[in-house]
Order: sequence, then structure tokens, then C-alpha cells
Amino acid sequence: MADPSDRGDGNTGENTGEVDKEIGVRCRGVTVSFGEKSQVLLGLDLDIARGDIVTLLGPSGCGKSTLLRAIARLQPMNTGSITLGEGQNQRPASMSFVFQDPTLLPWRTVRQNVALPLQLGHQTQWQTVSQIRDILLQVGLPDEHHGKFPRELSGGMRMRTSLARALVTDPDVLLLDEPFAALDDMLRTRLNELLLELWQKRERTIVFVTHNISEALFLSHRIAVMSQGTISQWVDIPWKFPRNRSLRTTVEFGTLYGKVAEILAESSV
Amino acid sequence: MKSTEKNFSVVTLLAPIISLLFLLVVWQAIVSLGKIHPVILPGPEKVLEACQKNSAVLRKGFLATGLAAYAGMCASLIVGSLIAVLFAQSRWLRAACFPYVIFLQTVPIVAIAPLLIIWSGYNFRTIVIVSFIISLFPVVSNVTSGLLSVDRNLMELFQLYGSSRWQILFRLQIPAAIPSLILGARISSGLSVIGAIVGEFFVGNGGQYDGLGTLMTGWQMLQKTDALIAAVLVSTLLGVAMFGLVNLISKTLLSRWTRAVGFDSAK
Repeated sequence: MADPSDRGDGNTGENTGEVDKEIGVRCRGVTVSFGEKSQVLLGLDLDIARGDIVTLLGPSGCGKSTLLRAIARLQPMNTGSITLGEGQNQRPASMSFVFQDPTLLPWRTVRQNVALPLQLGHQTQWQTVSQIRDILLQVGLPDEHHGKFPRELSGGMRMRTSLARALVTDPDVLLLDEPFAALDDMLRTRLNELLLELWQKRERTIVFVTHNISEALFLSHRIAVMSQGTISQWVDIPWKFPRNRSLRTTVEFGTLYGKVAEILAESSV
Repeated sequence: MKSTEKNFSVVTLLAPIISLLFLLVVWQAIVSLGKIHPVILPGPEKVLEACQKNSAVLRKGFLATGLAAYAGMCASLIVGSLIAVLFAQSRWLRAACFPYVIFLQTVPIVAIAPLLIIWSGYNFRTIVIVSFIISLFPVVSNVTSGLLSVDRNLMELFQLYGSSRWQILFRLQIPAAIPSLILGARISSGLSVIGAIVGEFFVGNGGQYDGLGTLMTGWQMLQKTDALIAAVLVSTLLGVAMFGLVNLISKTLLSRWTRAVGFDSAK
């Protein structure tokens, strides 16, 4: 499964993904199969450093979403183990998940939707009202929308609400499953920037699934290119944070884009 | 644009009135030209007269039958929803009992009414029970399917936060099933009136009870066809009123489920 890198230019690293820093997410020998014939993940190993943004990139059907769902414990594994690193204040790491659809409860207002994880965790206190308002403002939803129902919102606003709901519990690990795939390019670019802004405020571990190369390059510290149930190659992204949209127009961005596209094309064969 | 909209509303309002007038004219023409005996078919004029003459009795009947239907429907909504919640909790229970709920639906209510009279007697309670039984099935089947057909993603969302079975039931399944409950209640509203009137046919005026069904059997024996038709019209009105009541409650109390798309702000 390992395809040793022959592109000795520093951008592409080793396939094992060993890291020295504190661990955010660690997967060992993860195997998932749906029935006897279709093996989705084949003994996959993965290490993500705490506070890193890692993108799982690959063609559809490569198992990237299944891996993310396994990390979220929504997908039972056949074999293997997945552990999360330590969270804040030496507590076990907490986790949130953003689905591809906003998955909001249609009978609840924006505010009430964001309150849901707190209610389910029995954490509702008097300060939650201001906590919810803060997080909604952070994701770019002004006060006038907080009392609206999901069907009264645009697609972008629904996704912002979904993001706020994931962040309201202040998770140590944030898992996103192609969250912006259904949005137009302008909005996708804008929400990519928002995600980075939020990450700068609190450097939580982010695992992001996408099949969009540009999005993967812009967001990540490292990209894990997946194919046929394993990680075929790691790509380190050299650019420092904060990043802004002008990065997307640079020559280096274009060069690396071409390189990743090539890797993706090779691994899709 | 505006004028066409206005024309449209005038058409939708006028057209049914015109067709009704046409029907009344045809009705009257058949009666007058065919020289039909008023016992077989009285003209609209006679029916209207009967309405006025019996207005006090009809009003009382409307209220009595309405109360029975209302009580039967409320009982079916409460009991039906509870049964549905139990069904949604256990697949085993559902498999064991759901066939008999369907059985309840297929057994003709007219056939079990005499049995109910033996058990419950010639009284108001029997009428409510008949109305309850006939309107139970739509509630059970609609609410059960509403509770079980919760969006898979929403279910996963709740799993993600480690929700208990009770949290999933009260915060996800029950709210998600409200539109199905409204749907079931709409169907039940019409059925409950049918049930009440059928119940009244059997119970008769054994006491001082005078529902629309009781009036109908009485007038049928007296061959007061005009009054009988008047009672049919009033009972139809009752069905419409029950349906309207359900809609009114669903629109006001449950506005967050039925609230229409009012505005769509830009991003």
C-alpha cells in the first residue's frame, strides 16, 4: 500500500504519517467492510498531530467518509483501534461532527438548533444564551437570523448554523464530512476562510474530508491522499497561517495543485 | 398581474356558488316537472323550510353529535399516539400487535356496534366508543410511521452526542412525528363524525339523548324526507367543522411545524 515518494522536493512526505508532536487522532489497523465482498478500509494507519488541520482527499468511494465516520464512532470497525489524544485541561478529548447536509431540526429555530448539543449533554445553564449568541456571531450569523427556522435560511446560512452547533461544545477535535460540497464556489471560499479564522482563535484538531483539491490545499497542514481503503500518500502544505484568499492565485499554489492532482490521478487508477 | 390574481380569487369564489345554484335549479326542476312526491324527494325549498322548522332540534343534535365525535377523536388522538410511541420503541411489540391494529381497521364498525351496546349499554359512552374505534387507526398508523421515519442523519446527530433513548424519543422522534399526527387527525376528524352517527343509529333515543343520528332514524320512520335531508346537511356541516377545528389547532398551536416559507434572506 505504500508508494514511496520519488518527488524529493519536500512537499510530499512519507506515507506512514508519523509525527513527533502530541497526538490528536491516532488510527491503527482500521478495517471496515460492508458485507464480505466490499472492503472499504484495509488496515489503515493514521496519525494526526494535535491542533493540525488534516484533509482526507480522494475520489468518491475511496473510504474517506467511512474513515471520518469511524473516528466519530458512527461507523463500527471490524478490526483496529482509534484513539483521540488528550483534550484541554488533561480531560479526554471532545469531538464534534459536521455533516454534508446541515442536518438541522426543522422545528427548532437557529438558536434552539445550536443549543441542542448542550441540552443533550445536560449543560444548559443561564450563560448558555450568551454562549450561543457568541458562537453564532463568530460563524457570521447576525442577531436578526437567530430566531428564524431553518427553512427560512439560505443554504450558506444553514451550513453556518450547523458549524455553530458543532462548535458550541468547544470540541478538541472537529470532524467535517464534505461540509461545503453543496455550496457555490464563492460561498465555499468564504466558509473556508471562516473555518481558518475560527481555527486561529482556538487551534483544535480538524479532520476535513473533501474531493476538492483547492479547498484541501488552502485549509490543511497536511493532506492525506486516499485510495482503495488506505492512505496512499501524504502531502505537506508549506504555507504559514494565517492564510487568505490571495494565496489561491499564487504560482506556488498552482504548482502544488498540479502535483496533488497528479497524485490523485495516479492513485485513482 | 394584480388584476389577474383578483380575477382568479373571484373565479374560485364564484364558480362553486354558480354550480350550487345550478344544482338547486335542476333539483327543483326535477321535483316540479316530474311531479315527484315530497316523501320520495322534496324540493330545496321544502328542505330549507324543514331546516327552519326544526332548527332548535337540529342545533341540539349538532352539539350532541359534535360532542360525541369530539370526545371520540380526542380519545383516539391520545390513545393512538401512546400506542404509536409503544410501537416505535419495540420492533417485537410492533410485529406482535400491528396486524391486529389493521384488523381493527378492517372490521366493519357497523358489525361490532351491537356488541358494544351489550357491553356498554344504550348511552352516550357507547357512541363515543364507536367514534373512538373508527378514528383510532389513522392516528396509530400515521404517528407510528412518523416516529420511525426520522431522517437518518438526524438520528446519527443524536447518536454522536451520546443521547439516551428518551432523549431521542422526546427531542427527535416525537417532534418529527407532529406533521404525521396532524395528518392522522385530519383523517380522524371526518371518521369521528361518521362513528358518532353510526353509534347513534344503534343507541337510538333510549334516553333523552338527541343526536343527529337519532333524529335521522326518527324522521326516517315518520317519512319526513325534508327533515331527513336537512339532518344530512347539518351532519355534513359537522364533519367540515371538525376538520376546520383540527386545521385551526394545527395552525395556531403547532405553527413551528406548519409555518409557511415567509422570506428567504440573502446570504
